[in-house]
Amino acid sequence: MTLAAGEAPLALLEIGLILLGMGLLARLSARAGMSPIPLFLLVGLLLGRGGLVPVATVSEFIEIGADIGVVVLLLLLGLEYTGRELQQSMRENWVSGAVDTALNFTPGFVFGLALGFSFVRAVFLGGVTYVSSSGIIAKLLSDLGRMGNRETPAILSILVTEDLVMALYLPVVTGLVAGGPPFETAGTIVLAVAAVIVVIGIATRHGTRFTLLLLGRTRDPEIILLSVLGIALVVGAAGEYVNLSAAVAAFLIGIAISGDVARQARVVLAPIRDLFAAIFFVFFGLEIDPGEIPPVLALAVALAVITALTKYVTGWYASRRMGVGPYGRRRAGAALIVRGEFSIVIAQLGIGAGLDATLGSLAATYVLLLGIAGPIAARLVDRRAPRLPQLERPPV
Amino acid sequence: MAKVQETLLPGVGVRYEFTAGTGVRIGVISRFTGERDLLVFDSVDPDRCVLSIELDSDSAHTLIDLLGGSQVSQRLADLMTHVEGLAIEQLTVGEGSELAGRTLAESQVQRRTQASVIAVIRDGDAEAAPGADFRLEVGDLVVALGMPDAVATLAELLA
Repeated sequence: MTLAAGEAPLALLEIGLILLGMGLLARLSARAGMSPIPLFLLVGLLLGRGGLVPVATVSEFIEIGADIGVVVLLLLLGLEYTGRELQQSMRENWVSGAVDTALNFTPGFVFGLALGFSFVRAVFLGGVTYVSSSGIIAKLLSDLGRMGNRETPAILSILVTEDLVMALYLPVVTGLVAGGPPFETAGTIVLAVAAVIVVIGIATRHGTRFTLLLLGRTRDPEIILLSVLGIALVVGAAGEYVNLSAAVAAFLIGIAISGDVARQARVVLAPIRDLFAAIFFVFFGLEIDPGEIPPVLALAVALAVITALTKYVTGWYASRRMGVGPYGRRRAGAALIVRGEFSIVIAQLGIGAGLDATLGSLAATYVLLLGIAGPIAARLVDRRAPRLPQLERPPV
Repeated sequence: MAKVQETLLPGVGVRYEFTAGTGVRIGVISRFTGERDLLVFDSVDPDRCVLSIELDSDSAHTLIDLLGGSQVSQRLADLMTHVEGLAIEQLTVGEGSELAGRTLAESQVQRRTQASVIAVIRDGDAEAAPGADFRLEVGDLVVALGMPDAVATLAELLA
């Protein structure tokens, strides 16, 4: 971007003020035990067109930052699990994964069709309601001291299968929106799905060798940060050219990188993700006119209530399958309700493909509702005081 | 040693748990990032932890130390005192080592040094009792067993 002579300090000032404001909000939300994601969306809504203080100078920076944010979000999602974990989880938990997909994709999809959305737009809305926020949930489990609980593997396995379904879903929808004759669309989709399967297969068997080839034996955080981010952006750009979307390509790179490098990359890239993902959430809010929200509010509330229930049932069922007791089932159900970053990523892909703004305002309102209500539900579902085990004492 | 149950937590690490002598269920999460969580399970709801303490790797090591070392290293120490004169050492395969890139059979490690390679640790994964066709790579950690001068000879070859 090129700025006129006087604009550079102004741009710095605007970016600085936005980041400062977001930092403040993140602090407030941390104190309230909430995720900052809904608040970032609100910032975007307030600053964008039709909002209180429209920002002009830095919109290009925010737009590019948002693109990077999507790539980094998906890259880290891919880095989160090894190919082996994905395969094992899929083998053991495909039933729960299928229940999750059926229960949570369907409401959004049917709602979309009922609203008169085209088939493709309804598929996007289904994606928005389908995917839970793995970022918020991981944080929540840690904050609530539930990482060691027995229902946690059930929760995590749902997140893993969602991850894999996303890997297939994203190339399919990008193929669908690319349009063209049905034959060509089918070709794109088959190609994309094949790429996903091949990459996961290779990553499982030869992940270490592939990582070695890309990065050598380095353990230097700076080298890993720059190389992995660079690779993800380059491959992301290449993905855009072949209609696979940058997000999917970055996700595949994340899966392909394995071993120690992957673990280290997760640590060094986490702050980068936090920054650019935050910018992405603001950007998403910027695109939406707050005036569009009241008309869709009732719809969003209905959709949120229905899909909160279906997610609850999903978690309840998945943990029961793993032999977890009644309390644990409730905790698992409530923990999964929250939707966040990936619902927004899906909606953004839809908007980027020129699908109209009802999708955006509906998705934003939906994520605002469940992004706030989800963690509260997870907290409230189990408020019993902990009972320390009583030790049996020998009679005196 | 109590029976330890192992559960994979995808993306997080591995959870180990066992029932202590007093009936208390105790667990540890070993995170991929190196941190540990110490867990104590609830008596009413066995799926829930009443206590979950996050430990960075430094605090975890302090705690291990206070508890008297890990069972594995304790056993290794036992082994070494029991078999007098036998040495166990961990050796890294150096950049210029003639053994790097060759299988154990090709380099005839056993015949030339009289030391046994009992395990190789690569990228944190252990290959116990590697076969003759196992190929060493630069950076591998070789666990060798033998008389002190045999292990010393191997150390020279690996340097």
